[in-house]
Amino acid sequence: MRILWPVLSILMALGIGAILIAAAGVNPLTGYYHLFYGALGDIHAISETLWRFTPLLLTGTAVALAFQCKFWNIGAEGQMLIGATVATFFATSFIGAPSWFLIPLVIVAGFLAGALWAAIPAILKAKFGVDEVVTTLLGNWIILYFVAYLVEGPWRDPTSMWPESPAIADSAVFPRLVSGYRIHIGFIIAIFFAILFFIVLRKTTWGSQIKAVGANPRAAGFMGIKVTRVLITVAILSGGIAGVAGVNELCGTHFHMKGLGFFGGTGELSWGYGYAGVFIAMLGGLSAIGVPLAAFFMATMIQGSRAMYRATGVPSPFFYAMEGIILVCLLLGIFLTYYRIRRVKG
Amino acid sequence: MRRPPVVVKMVGITKKFPGVIANDNINFEASKGEIHALLGENGAGKTTLMNVLYGLYRPDAGEIYIRGKKVIMRSPNDAVGQKIGMIHQHFTLVPPFTVTQNIILGLRFPKGVLKVEQAEKRVVELSKKYGLKVDPRAQIWQLSVGEQQRVEILKALYRGAEILILDEPTSVLTPTETQDLFKTLRSLAKGGATIVYISHKLDEVIEISDRVTVLRDGKVVATKRTSATNKRELARLMVKREVIFRLKRPKAKLGRPVLEIKKVSALSDRKLLALKEISLSVCEGEILGVAGVAGNGQRELAEVIAGVRKAAGGKVIIKGEDMTNRSPSEIVEAGVGRIPEDRIGMGLITDLSVKENLVMETLQDFSDRVFFFPKGVFLNHAAIDNHADELISEFKVITPSKEALTKTLSGGNLQRLILARVLARNPKILIASEPTRGLDVGATEYIRRKLLEQKKGGAAILLISEDLEEILTLSDRIAVMYEGKVMGIVPARKAKIEGIGMMMAGTPLSKIKG
Repeated sequence: MRILWPVLSILMALGIGAILIAAAGVNPLTGYYHLFYGALGDIHAISETLWRFTPLLLTGTAVALAFQCKFWNIGAEGQMLIGATVATFFATSFIGAPSWFLIPLVIVAGFLAGALWAAIPAILKAKFGVDEVVTTLLGNWIILYFVAYLVEGPWRDPTSMWPESPAIADSAVFPRLVSGYRIHIGFIIAIFFAILFFIVLRKTTWGSQIKAVGANPRAAGFMGIKVTRVLITVAILSGGIAGVAGVNELCGTHFHMKGLGFFGGTGELSWGYGYAGVFIAMLGGLSAIGVPLAAFFMATMIQGSRAMYRATGVPSPFFYAMEGIILVCLLLGIFLTYYRIRRVKG
Repeated sequence: MRRPPVVVKMVGITKKFPGVIANDNINFEASKGEIHALLGENGAGKTTLMNVLYGLYRPDAGEIYIRGKKVIMRSPNDAVGQKIGMIHQHFTLVPPFTVTQNIILGLRFPKGVLKVEQAEKRVVELSKKYGLKVDPRAQIWQLSVGEQQRVEILKALYRGAEILILDEPTSVLTPTETQDLFKTLRSLAKGGATIVYISHKLDEVIEISDRVTVLRDGKVVATKRTSATNKRELARLMVKREVIFRLKRPKAKLGRPVLEIKKVSALSDRKLLALKEISLSVCEGEILGVAGVAGNGQRELAEVIAGVRKAAGGKVIIKGEDMTNRSPSEIVEAGVGRIPEDRIGMGLITDLSVKENLVMETLQDFSDRVFFFPKGVFLNHAAIDNHADELISEFKVITPSKEALTKTLSGGNLQRLILARVLARNPKILIASEPTRGLDVGATEYIRRKLLEQKKGGAAILLISEDLEEILTLSDRIAVMYEGKVMGIVPARKAKIEGIGMMMAGTPLSKIKG
């Protein structure tokens, strides 16, 4: 069931997606050809896809970790942005610093910023029972507008047309793995966190405690697990990973801190990857194997949709539709796992 | 005499689950105004059969007739439509809702206007009429298990149930409460209701039922008029062997007191004083039984000792050391084994595997040094597997595998699992709350034998139970609790049921003698 439904959901979404492509006046087979070829067809395309895969793997892992102990962290978007903000501070302050110093510094700073920001809802939940869905979600908006204030006010680069900070130090830019391709060391960092997630979940006492707290906090407490501590440490690691995703976008993609996105609800820097993390965590069944697969699928869709747009004119927000359709199919699958529909005679 | 009409008729009911036939071609009927007992061990198929009647399961074969008409039960909604009510062993209440809110949950009101006050009035009426005392404004989580059951019964009655199915209803009740329930049931039957009474307690079945159907391994063994049978015959039918009703109480050398409770006070979930300066002590090689009506502080007492509830005053001394308000881990480390009242909600994490539940209390002991990481970080899976294999075979836990989710186990096996986890550490002190509640004869006997074995081995056991027979069978001394106080402590050999009953009702020991 854990594997069947995500796969079925994707297949169903590809089917419904075909109808959408046809509705845009394009042969679905042609459309999908350009989509998959554009995402995976050659080395350059694969590099681009992996470049998008990196932040998605980070946010997906961050959210899946939190969801494992039923800490419903919907705040990866805000944790990303605050991570990037603090990283921007260091990356624009220490212009002359060498890479071996500055890159670890911004990663650690971004991690800590995201971790602290996520710890607040966890503490509120543990001490006062405040619902973390509300606090993490609304926290996103606080950060979003704080960032908008910074880049349109005190941090604004006067030489730029856009509301954005000055460029970060060259020594803070993530080195590319292969010259000529955009894939950079952020990819390695993301893989590191994905493996860490795997090890925590399968091999450590802490991972067992996380699962126990997620399944039944009362019984976990009875068995001597420090529920509050587990909750807060999970939030810290989850927020920290999301914070690193923000640093990744700053130092690997944009090189400036940016303000509101075009649609207003997400950061121009984060491109909504924080919210996509929730989707990826769910599609990946919160598992350490499933999440990377889901993130890769999502990256393929995003990258491929743009290629499909260039080749056929099907609007590239196609992948948003796919995301939505898959999520609905997944929820249907969860529903059908619990309730069986059977034809009844008489 | 005209025979009363048959209200419930089930013909050839078969229900299979993967690997087991829970109901095998069962025929069952119950008449108007009848209390019909369904007797059998855990896993005999009683609850499955009634879940089929209540629309929770659809049978693989067989037909159901209600008041002579063939019906198909698609869901409990259909059953409620046929005026069937079911009170489950595990309650289906919403903890943060009040009693009244739970009772009216899911009901339709004229014009969609919720009339809570009107409902509350009717709840009070019903509860008075049938002697089901409960505060309609209390929230469910604040109530004792016994009180919660009353809410369940009220819920069914509120919906106008004429066919009432009760699944092990007395497993959570005290003797007095049981008698009250029986009064309620008799008056309901007299008024024309049909009552199906699922139980494995012979005394009760003999006392309350008009007819009894015995199930064993998913089949009907016999249906008898209760007046035409007896306890011994029913027991034989039920388990296919003679049941030992008396366990031999082994003598153990009485050691020094290892668990001392000195003037402990504690608050209940409702922030009311539930324990009032209570003092007890248990010696090595002794079982101290704590009797009392549900909700008189027994749960709070167990939780304070177990480390999951703060003592507001007083001291808990374990092996001479002050362990008041220590964490659960520290309590376990100090050699205290804890068998909680609420197996599913507290004792086990049913969404995790059997082997994980066996080690969760002492994870540190199942970890290994890996690279430069100290012990306590990485799990030692081999040790966990070995531990699980050993305990599963030693305690005869019936489970598909050690990786199986705990929620797939039956009630008796859940308790064996907790017992296995607790006894694996050879605890010097054992806190057992309702250790055999809801278990069948076989499992009950097993658990009781294990407790006596522990005592013989020198453990100090605090046995908290609402089952008076259990207290009398196992204890060396009996303490009776009432409203958070100890009414008196008597040696079990000298204990008289009447005296204990009076203490349970609030008369201190000193006044009984004087």
